[in-house]
Amino acid sequence: MEYEAVIGLEVHCQLATRSKIFCGCATTFGQPPNSQTCPICLGHPGVLPVLNRQAVAYTIRAGLATHGVIQSSSVFARKHYFYPDLPKGYQISQYDKPIIDGGYVEIVTDAGPKRIGLTRIHMEEDAGKNLHEGLESVSHVDLNRAGVPLIEIVSEPDLRTSDEAVAYLKKLRDIVVYLGVCDGNMEEGNLRCDANVSLRPKGQEAFGTKVEMKNMNSFRFLKAAVEYEMKRQAQVLDRGGTVIQETRLWDTKRGVTESMRSKEEAHDYRYMPEPDLLPVVVDPAWVEAVRNEMPELPDAKRERFVASYGLSEYDAEVLTASQALADFFEKSVAAFDGDPKLTCNWVMGELMARLNQDGTSIEACPLTPEQLAGLVGAIHGGTISGKIAKTVFGHLYGSNKTAEQVIEAEGLVQVSDTGAIDAIIAEVISAHPNEAADYRGGKDKLLGFFVGQVMKQTQGKANPKLVNERLRAMLSA
Amino acid sequence: MTEPTGWTIHEARARLDGGEISAAELTDALLARIARVEGDIHAFNTVTEDLAKAQARAADARIAQRDVHPLTGIGIALKDNMATEGVETNCSSRILKGYRPPYDGTVPARLKADGAVTLGKTNLDEFAMGSSTENSAFGATRNPWDRARAPGGSSGGSAAAVAADLCLGALGSDTGGSIRQPASLCGVVGLKPTYGRVSRYGLVAFASSLDQIGPLTKDVEDAALLLSAISGRDPLDSTSSARPVPDFLATLKDGVAGLTVGVPAEYFVEGADPEVLAAVRAGVDALAAAGAKVTEVSLPHTAYAVACYYLVATAEASSNLSRYDGVRYGHRAQGAKDLLEMYMASREGGFGTEVKRRIMLGTYALSAGYYDAYYRKAQQVRTLILRDFQAAFESVDVLVTPTSPTGAFPIGERTADPLKMYLSDIFTISVNLAGLPAISVPCGLDGAGCPVGMQVIGRAFDEATVLRTAWAFEQATDHHKAKPSL
Repeated sequence: MEYEAVIGLEVHCQLATRSKIFCGCATTFGQPPNSQTCPICLGHPGVLPVLNRQAVAYTIRAGLATHGVIQSSSVFARKHYFYPDLPKGYQISQYDKPIIDGGYVEIVTDAGPKRIGLTRIHMEEDAGKNLHEGLESVSHVDLNRAGVPLIEIVSEPDLRTSDEAVAYLKKLRDIVVYLGVCDGNMEEGNLRCDANVSLRPKGQEAFGTKVEMKNMNSFRFLKAAVEYEMKRQAQVLDRGGTVIQETRLWDTKRGVTESMRSKEEAHDYRYMPEPDLLPVVVDPAWVEAVRNEMPELPDAKRERFVASYGLSEYDAEVLTASQALADFFEKSVAAFDGDPKLTCNWVMGELMARLNQDGTSIEACPLTPEQLAGLVGAIHGGTISGKIAKTVFGHLYGSNKTAEQVIEAEGLVQVSDTGAIDAIIAEVISAHPNEAADYRGGKDKLLGFFVGQVMKQTQGKANPKLVNERLRAMLSA
Repeated sequence: MTEPTGWTIHEARARLDGGEISAAELTDALLARIARVEGDIHAFNTVTEDLAKAQARAADARIAQRDVHPLTGIGIALKDNMATEGVETNCSSRILKGYRPPYDGTVPARLKADGAVTLGKTNLDEFAMGSSTENSAFGATRNPWDRARAPGGSSGGSAAAVAADLCLGALGSDTGGSIRQPASLCGVVGLKPTYGRVSRYGLVAFASSLDQIGPLTKDVEDAALLLSAISGRDPLDSTSSARPVPDFLATLKDGVAGLTVGVPAEYFVEGADPEVLAAVRAGVDALAAAGAKVTEVSLPHTAYAVACYYLVATAEASSNLSRYDGVRYGHRAQGAKDLLEMYMASREGGFGTEVKRRIMLGTYALSAGYYDAYYRKAQQVRTLILRDFQAAFESVDVLVTPTSPTGAFPIGERTADPLKMYLSDIFTISVNLAGLPAISVPCGLDGAGCPVGMQVIGRAFDEATVLRTAWAFEQATDHHKAKPSL
């Protein structure tokens, strides 16, 4: 039978706050075990949590960027389970009253753009880590990560393919990284993803039984795990079996999912409102303050680039893929706004190629936006040709000179003096009488030969447009 | 002249400042009395003799420089569920035996900053769960009035220490009556402040939405003084109130003329000891004689308070006690084969019977499928109880009731019957559910010659009127001056 997959993702993002969500400990990654802990995040008797307001502001930011409704009052809850990396025996999370309700993100599919609905975004604290490696018959616990702020972004079951799931996760990562609320580094675990997958016969409305999958720590693993699970469930259904509602773990090494616990074995988390924290009250003024300090999002920026710089959708998409690249372009255009399309071509062409070749990022670019603006201005004003500009670029890159200084020092100013060009053309024509005769006899293609000869004589500095014009006139004379 | 150990805090303050006695001498006198009497009473889990002596020397230096706070040089005892840096804080539980906190709670820190002398940590029912201080892993505390009887609880150690003159004042915690009921049974003053008035940071949580630290003292003025020292907003406790703390001493002696005292009919019912009811009625008459207007009121949801409390408190307790898992501190069972067995054996061996009973009750109340019927319903009942009080306080300034249905009961009498024990708090529990301030003051003796307490309940954050009423009553009677013979 032909099946359709129904997929929803639960994505955990570590917020990029300097301190933990309920105490003042630092959140720096990779520090010695338990060096970033205090009585509060260690869960000592008698301690109390105090909410980090920056974590709330970041969550509001994420909510605004995904078009959710920011709740004026939301409630923290305790989620109970025993595990050594969970110091209090409960995780402080949000349950029936999360801070962000609804929202959506838009992804690009083969069939065009598609909106993926969000159920909610809620705040919670991260747990620590159990360490087993190199230890025998004991485990160690590192609580540096315990209490690091997280948001969990829960999608509606709107995804239908593994590619859509990956596109959605990439889009979410772009958004939170762009917003500056999450580093988005999946290897360090500051972006983590669980997936709910079910199958239904194509055309059927009702959902099938879902399976929750954990431990997909990269886009590649997400794609592979979803595809594996779709295949597995299809086989079960084709054999006339029923899919069991359960939690399965993705085994990275073997490339399979394995049952972790069944529905019957699922924890009863005994959620209750957290009595040590007041409801989180977010007034409209706070939402506005957060909105005002929000960076422009990729989609909005892309539309603006098309509208105000006359760029193509494609160009705008490439430039806005990273905040730094978009900023470089805009700074360069601010320094010379005569030809944004030309600036765009140089950023996406010569500059990106050179950065790639050097393995350098745009953030560490050895060329300033102002240097590039000088170069583009010189081309646009006819001081140099596009070809000469590549030479100028080579001199500019990594230097602290301006385009003007390079052009002058290297004597690269374009020759646009008709008298000087006419003299060279006359010289070239008299040196090649046969070709001149053939041209006049109808061999138009020979014009290129003469242009080449003139450029050679001027070391490429002659204004190509003028050379063409004058050659045509003088050969026909 | 009374022995220094028998002084109130305000009497001692005057004598310390007047140079009649040094803090070191006062502290030595208290430590000497502890050494003599403690074996009979067992009020303390830990006596911090060296620390107290060092604090007393520091207090004398401050007094010499006239850098004096109301508590400078005053010997105070702390209930052993308040975190004190480096000093064992075990909540009278095997699971925390030997546990020394790495930090000071806010209240102990404030006392230290004021130059108080902390004498030690007092016994309690394990994790403050109980009404007799018999549920202590380290032995029961005995009532100084009759050592065959219980001092009440759970702050029984603090109440007994004050009654036996082992300290000038003490701090307890009150979740359902744990300051007021032992104060009543030991013949001392006990005040539970409004929820949010005093920081809970460092108070080992029993039921977070009910717990509150408060003073146990020899008279009402001392209660006002000690409350002033510990009240106010704490950035480390989100539930502490930012409301300004009034000067409780400034209005203490204003009298009750013009105040209306409400007497709730539901608190003067059969089941309470007639001697207790008679003593409290006499107390109401004394207030009327002092100028207060007395009127009967009704708190119709009173009958549901105990059931409501034992759902809310046990649910929160089951959650709060999850952290005692043997992983990071406290008791860990040895020889377990795996993690689950380690958890189970550590908690099985670490917790006492009453604590386990409440963890099970609370876990059940929060379980999937039962939450709405129990925990949510209890929260709804809690709202009704609060509304009863709000309605009553529209026409009265304070309410007066018995603190506990009986005087001190014999040790062992109620331990086999938890329900009977729970009813010891029938008159105090509603106050915690509603988050209100209330005080217990001695109002006579029962037939066994043991003290009886009268409870004065006030509006939220109106401790000032509660204290003023209690002080006026104290002036009109001599009950607070009665002392046990030891």
